[in-house]
Order: sequence, then structure tokens, then C-alpha cells
Amino acid sequence: MLNNLFSNQIVLGFVQVAIAFVLALLVVLIANRRGIHIEKEVLVSLLRGIVQITVVGSLLLALLKSPTWAGILILLGMFLAAARTAARRAKGVNGAFRASFYGIAIASGVVIGVMSALGVIEYKLLSLVPVGSMIISAAMNSNALALNRFKAEIGSHIGLIETALSLGASPQETVKPYLQASVHASLIPRIDSLRTLGIVWIPGLMTGMVIAGSDPFYAAIYQFVVMAMIFATSGLSAMITMAFIQKEIFSPAEQLLLVTEGKGEGNGKNNGGGMKRNR
Amino acid sequence: MQSDRSSGQDTILKVQDLGYQNDGKVILKDISFDLKLGEHLAVVGSSGSGKSTLLRLLNRLLEPTQGRVVYKGRDYKETPPRELRRKIGLILQQPYLFPGTVADNLRFGPAQRQAEISDEAIAELLSNVDLPDFAGRDVANLSGGEAQRVSIARTLANSPEILLMDEPTSALDEESRLQVEKLLCDIAQRQKLTFIIVTHDMQQAGRLAETALVLEGGRVQQYGPVEEIIHAK
Repeated sequence: MLNNLFSNQIVLGFVQVAIAFVLALLVVLIANRRGIHIEKEVLVSLLRGIVQITVVGSLLLALLKSPTWAGILILLGMFLAAARTAARRAKGVNGAFRASFYGIAIASGVVIGVMSALGVIEYKLLSLVPVGSMIISAAMNSNALALNRFKAEIGSHIGLIETALSLGASPQETVKPYLQASVHASLIPRIDSLRTLGIVWIPGLMTGMVIAGSDPFYAAIYQFVVMAMIFATSGLSAMITMAFIQKEIFSPAEQLLLVTEGKGEGNGKNNGGGMKRNR
Repeated sequence: MQSDRSSGQDTILKVQDLGYQNDGKVILKDISFDLKLGEHLAVVGSSGSGKSTLLRLLNRLLEPTQGRVVYKGRDYKETPPRELRRKIGLILQQPYLFPGTVADNLRFGPAQRQAEISDEAIAELLSNVDLPDFAGRDVANLSGGEAQRVSIARTLANSPEILLMDEPTSALDEESRLQVEKLLCDIAQRQKLTFIIVTHDMQQAGRLAETALVLEGGRVQQYGPVEEIIHAK
């Protein structure tokens, strides 16, 4: 319908962006009415998203003509930005950025490297950057979920963690159940995506390949390969990040680097206190 | 008043000018006392006086920012933290029990050093806290008083040389409070335990300890025989 009103594609694009913004802001407004305050975060994310993607869109042609080494640099920049974004979900937790960077870089590096070596991803910028970005983005999302859950789990189980420490447990032992729960929670979207691939979700990559003239069967197989890579990266990244973060939240003398909020809350049988801030 | 009682050979814990600051705020300052083998010390003070912080420093869940703690003649930092925490056991105000059975909770401490605790030993520990036949009970079904007694048995399963107790009866009703108090007296007498108990109740301090350390604003206000402190008030 809009296509008939606007003959210029750029103008049409801006009108579509405006409508998409309105829809997103409507959701923010409804959330606000229900006491869910995501106004600033969503607004900033929407603005950043549109600016970033249009800049990349404008530079894409030039980028795709760059040498392969430029692709490595671009991926490195993506690692940093992804680690920073994921770490923000664990604000106040020591070393969240460092742990997240290691997780994303190692997991994405290993998966991209293996897939390039096997020829699944062609070792050229045209393949490396778009497929790499999908993998890094998946690692970022799983890291953000894992870190966010881990922070919440630690914050609501400080009493149990310190009790375990006081009984002579190692720091790793005290946070093990919360770490496992965090990794598991971070993988739920990935597992569900794999489970419903082709039924609930027909991804854009496959559709694009078919439109571009690829064999639909190969496009489907390739899509599955990418999805499996995304799952592998997500799992590996979350586990590596958690392995690093569990060391960061304890001092060398095996003290939890967080303090409890008040005392005497709840019955204390299965939880304990709340997270206040770092010492 | 701060005691300068000299440390004899039977001093198990010597606290020297201990202090703790957090974000520039002084929580504890210049705390000094000796704890003799078999001694029962009550740390008394109002909320925010630093009582709980003191116990957490002694168990090394917190790192002192001033002074030192000498445990059996050596700076306690020379003892690996896990070993130290087993030897200087801590019972918190809230009995944080791990999900599972009572026996699972009692096995937790020894399991950390790859030691096994027999069913007979578990039965004996539970009998000591007046909870016979509770080994297979799910901790989710315990009352507050029962949970606190399991928490005491769990700490004792580590065979600590000193027991630190942070207001172990404050979250309990009157009946449970008296039961746990009596239990602590019995255990201390039977096992000749050295302990430090934190309380805000001077009368309870009189019932459980021979010595009292009164804290106010993170500093020692009084230190000496508990009876003298009670009568001086």
C-alpha cells in the first residue's frame, strides 16, 4: 500500500522507519503503564540501531570490496562492541567486560576458524563479515542472558554462597548451581530456534539465498549449518564467560566480592539477602 | 574499657587492633581481645555496632583493613581460607540450608575436603541437637527452630575448634529460642567448645558466656567478665 504512495525508495524507507518506531514506542508506552520502565534503553537502542545499520548499509559495497584482512579487523571491532553490550547486563559485577570479551572472542574465533577451514564459510570478506556477524551477535545475546541471570542468581543467593564458603567450600563449588542455571537459561532461545527451524521460523538467510538463485535444498542445509554454528558459539561463549566471571567475583582469599543487603529477610532456608554493591 | 589481659599458652585466638572499612566508612576499629581455649565470649551491641562484621572477619569472609588475627600462634592469613573456615566455624543468624535432606546438609562440609561422614556420625550429630530421626527429612519442611538446629549440627560436622554464632536465636520464637539456647549450653559443656556468640541481649550473654565484649559504633566499649558488665549497667 505504501509502495503506491511513495515512488522514491529512500522516502518510502524513512516512512517505514517512522511507522516501525511508532509501533515500538507504543509497546514502550504500554510497558510503562504496567510499571515496566524500558523507555530510555529502548529509545537509545532504536536510534543507535537505525544509525548503525544505515551507516553499514551505505558502506557495505565499499566494505565488500576490501581485502580479507580488513574483515578480520571488522570482526575484532564486533568482538569488542558485543562484549561491551553483553557486559552491561551485569553492571556492578567485577570483570564482566573482560570475561565477556574472552567468551565471545574465543567461541566465535573457534567456530569461524573451524568453519572456514572446513570450507563452510569461504575465507573471503563477502562471507566472513556477514556470517561472522551472525555468530558474534548470537554469542553476544547468549552472554548477555547468561550474565544477567548469573548476576540475579548470585544476588539472591548470597546467604547460601557465604554459608557454603564458611563451611570450607571452594568458590567454584558455591556458585556452581547458579552458573549452570545461567548457561542453561542463555541457551533456551537457541535451542527453541533449532527445534522450530523451518516450522515457526524460516530465516532470512535461506530465503535470500533462494531469491539469489541457490538451490533451495542447499539453501536449507546451509541455513541449518549456520544455525548449528550459532548454537555452538552461543553455548561455548556462555560457558567460557561464566568460567571467567566466577573467578572475578571472588577475592584471592576466596571472599565473595559483593555485600549483603540488610539482614533478617525471609526465612533464610533457601535464599539469602540481596546484592547491594561491590566492595 | 579495653582489657590488656596477656595471652597465655591456652589462648587460641588473639585479635589485635582489628578494623574494617568499606568505601571509606569505618565499620570496626581497634578491636582487641584474647579468646582462651574453652572460653565462651559474648559480643554484645545494638544494630549496626559491627557485631556481625566482627564474626565475618574472624571467619575471613571479609578481609580486615586494619590489625590482625592470630590463630593458634600464627597470623590467620597463613592458614588457607578453606581450612581456616572449617576450624573457625560460623553459624549465621539465618539458617541457610542447602536444598535436599538434612543428611545432605550435614555431609556438605566434610565432603569439601573429600571426607565421608557415616550414617552413625550423622545420627549422633542430630541427636546432639535434639533432632533424632531427622536425617532423611527434606529441609523445606523444617520449622525455623529445627532449621537452626540443623545449621548448628552442620557446622559441628566440620569439627571446628572455635564456633562463631551470629545471633543464632534472634529469628526464632520464644520457645525455639530457649530450646536452641539450652542446646548450645549442653553442646558447649559436653564438647568443651570454645565459642563467640553475637547477641543484642545482655541477659542472653549472661546465660551463655563468661566474658562479654560490648561494641558501640564499631569500637569496644566494655570488655570483661559478663557478670561485672551486667551489674555495672
